Amino acid sequence: MTLTTLAGVDVKLNDEGFLVDPDQWTEEIAVELARREGIDPLTDQHWQVVRFMRSEYFAKGTGPTVRVLGKTSGVSIKELYQLFPKGPAKIAAKIAGIPKPRGCI
Amino acid sequence: MHRIVVLGGGTGGTLTANRLRKAYGLGEATITVVDQNDRHVYQPGLLFVPFGLTHPEDIIRPRGRQLHPGIDYRTAVVDHVDLETQTVHLADTSELAYDVLVVATGAVLAPEETEGLTGPGWMEKVFTFYTPEGAAALEGALAMFEGGRLVVNVVEMPIKCPVAPLEFCFLADWYFRERGIRNRVELTYVTSLDGAFTKPVASKALGGMLAERGIELVTEFNTGSVDGKAGKLVSWDDREVPFDLAVVIPVHNGAPYVANSPGLGDELGFVPADEHTLQSKARPNVFALGDAAALPISKAGSVTHFEGEVLVENIGRFLAGEPLDASYDGHANCFIETGFSKAMLIDFNYETEPLPGHFPGQVGLPLLKESHLNHLGKLMFQWLYWHSLLPGRDVPGITSSMPSHGKHHPKTPKEATRL
Repeated sequence: MTLTTLAGVDVKLNDEGFLVDPDQWTEEIAVELARREGIDPLTDQHWQVVRFMRSEYFAKGTGPTVRVLGKTSGVSIKELYQLFPKGPAKIAAKIAGIPKPRGCI
Repeated sequence: MHRIVVLGGGTGGTLTANRLRKAYGLGEATITVVDQNDRHVYQPGLLFVPFGLTHPEDIIRPRGRQLHPGIDYRTAVVDHVDLETQTVHLADTSELAYDVLVVATGAVLAPEETEGLTGPGWMEKVFTFYTPEGAAALEGALAMFEGGRLVVNVVEMPIKCPVAPLEFCFLADWYFRERGIRNRVELTYVTSLDGAFTKPVASKALGGMLAERGIELVTEFNTGSVDGKAGKLVSWDDREVPFDLAVVIPVHNGAPYVANSPGLGDELGFVPADEHTLQSKARPNVFALGDAAALPISKAGSVTHFEGEVLVENIGRFLAGEPLDASYDGHANCFIETGFSKAMLIDFNYETEPLPGHFPGQVGLPLLKESHLNHLGKLMFQWLYWHSLLPGRDVPGITSSMPSHGKHHPKTPKEATRL
């Protein structure tokens, strides 16, 4: 757990860099989180995925896996990897300020 | 008279129907079980088939015969469920009306969802051991294998029995040593996860066991396509893993009728249900268990077994108009075969990850540690499965909620990483 300041807000990040409290998230924080992942700027398509991740998380309690994202987000898996080369589900979840998707059990 | 329809005659459907039949007299409820075929596979046995340690005919029995008298068994394909009219529509156009529906139709493999997986090389140099046919064909391929790169790949979670692909690696290591050609075989485990397993303490232990055996671990590899002709796995981010023989665990979906039944399932065809009562999110009179349910716990027979006890209790309470029992804690219990007649045991639930210690109490089978006793436990379990678990008898010493007193609980997060 580390304490840091993102976009002027004091936030807690877990050991993998995920925001501990999803309710602290703002669009400005998302921009900073994306920068830490080497994604700058966030395009409209990035935002589409990030917002989708958040709405899925608040509806279902967990973010979707890559396969579910490909089926439901309106962005194909190939494009998702172009947007988030280090792993769409994990990186988009991180930028969206939600926990790592737990589909993997 | 209550009408209870159980879809699926596998582990969950069979033990649920049998327990319900004991709970209700013939004059109180009709119980109907539907499955598309009459082959009940003891799925944990599939792991042993490729190594010649068992054979498909030894792990398959008729479904109908595992059901108690007084249960109506139908062999039929389900077309869809109409939640509004409380009717199951079968593919032969007949219908079954229900007061309570139990969804226990498991998970189906979808190899066709991965580009190239069922193309050239499928069942020649690319196999899966998750079906009796695949496991039997792989036995032949392994027997002919004289050296080269053997790759085991989990395409994406969730899969049934997430430890089985690791067990396959351990047994392959043992198998090639027995044949005296281990030095000619490169073994690689390729997973979409960021470690050998999902839960940190077990992931570390299992990752260490792969390393000890000289099995390479490739993580965060999301397979985009399989090229059987060229012999390579290609990830979505364009990494490649070459192979001479590939053992692939394809992605899983729920049964196809779920997708045809508006409101019943999620995007993969699994049925969302309450984590503790197993009542579906779709309707109060629909329950789901086992691999068919969308729950944050492993798809495994032990999970289904423990869920079954709570589910049957809750069907009774629902029919009596009483509040449900929210006591399922996510208990899972898995033997992990590690080769050389040894096995490991892990025991965990929603809250507690697999820890070292003993099961079920301070004296018992060692947890998260290889032992011959666990291997014997794993072998004995097949008998218990047919004779105790499916008929709905309680298995001695094994309870639906996770036992805690034999486990070594870490006192600090730091200690957890040292275990």
